[in-house]
Amino acid sequence: MSLRTAQIRLVSSHPEVYEPCDDSFALVDALLADRINLVEHHPVLCMEVGCGSGYVITSLALMLGQEVPGVQYIATDINPYAVEVTRKTLEAHNVHADLINTDIASGLEKRLAGLVDVMVVNPPYVPTPEDEVGREGIASAWAGGENGRAVIDKILPSADKLLSKRGWLYLVTLTANDPSQICLQMMEKGYAARIVVQRSTEEENLHIIKFWRDFDIQMDAKDIVPNKAAPVGVMDTLLSQVHRLSFRRSASSNNN
Amino acid sequence: MRLLTHNMLSSNIKGVANGFPLLIEVEKVIEKQVDFNPDFLKNIFPKIEWQALVQASRSMGYSELPEESPESSMLDSDDFLMKFHHVLLELHLEEGALVCPETGRKFPVNKGIPNMLLHEDEV
Repeated sequence: MSLRTAQIRLVSSHPEVYEPCDDSFALVDALLADRINLVEHHPVLCMEVGCGSGYVITSLALMLGQEVPGVQYIATDINPYAVEVTRKTLEAHNVHADLINTDIASGLEKRLAGLVDVMVVNPPYVPTPEDEVGREGIASAWAGGENGRAVIDKILPSADKLLSKRGWLYLVTLTANDPSQICLQMMEKGYAARIVVQRSTEEENLHIIKFWRDFDIQMDAKDIVPNKAAPVGVMDTLLSQVHRLSFRRSASSNNN
Repeated sequence: MRLLTHNMLSSNIKGVANGFPLLIEVEKVIEKQVDFNPDFLKNIFPKIEWQALVQASRSMGYSELPEESPESSMLDSDDFLMKFHHVLLELHLEEGALVCPETGRKFPVNKGIPNMLLHEDEV
């Protein structure tokens, strides 16, 4: 059987680079769960923002592999050690992505706009004091500022610019990031959303959310958001899911 | 870094109006074979800034691309597609620098990875 994900023993490491962890595995599981759709989607350009160890972009390249020939991959990270580790991880699996040491997609937003068919992001989502955001080294892999949203809120507009008309975004979020608010914000930009994987660990409750452009959603959003009325359709289902999960989590933590 | 990515990359320094294309200073170019995929080439062709690609390929020591932006009918020519494929996907700038066309600021490229991180006064 051909390998569908990166192998941990072949993932390179460095003290200043975030190692594959529950959130990375959850994101790769989400991509695997959606793999048939990804193959049928036939992306031309795929991109990862914040590639860290390279586990996710390598896995994506392996799972699309020969079935979708000619896909090209680009990955960025603000941490110079991370892009170097990603390079080694890709090489160990005999796949290629062009790597750029940059902040989110700085330098790419003009010319790469509207070209990315699949974007994967495991952002620094941990709530921290604001002054921890943007520090060098491994802190850049998790420090997310207030509600863990400081970097996510910079990535979303960038993703909106880069994604093609048929572009998909897979984003890791934590309950503390207020995923339902993220979904509403994306809905205003014309994206529908669905939770592909939900996973609770001892420490965190993760949602891997997939976003795609949906023109009906944008029309709805224009009607809904200014009036603060309840969302309808796809978003309704999604948001109720998120609310329920958030509720369950806060309920259980109250009990503890 | 391959020329596909070079063609998508601009100088990101604050206040720079025309940061594209970045000039290439070559220390080391390597070639790695990639499976030929005409569909990918036809898909990406309309998105490529031709002059930037020609200029970049010449900096990298390859001079067989036509100077003039090719008609889309050229995409039926295997000979043309092979050259386009080679330039776009098989040439890697392994060591060197990318230079902002407006300010002359150099972005180093080490082990094939461009460093586009800005200093505080450039953001």
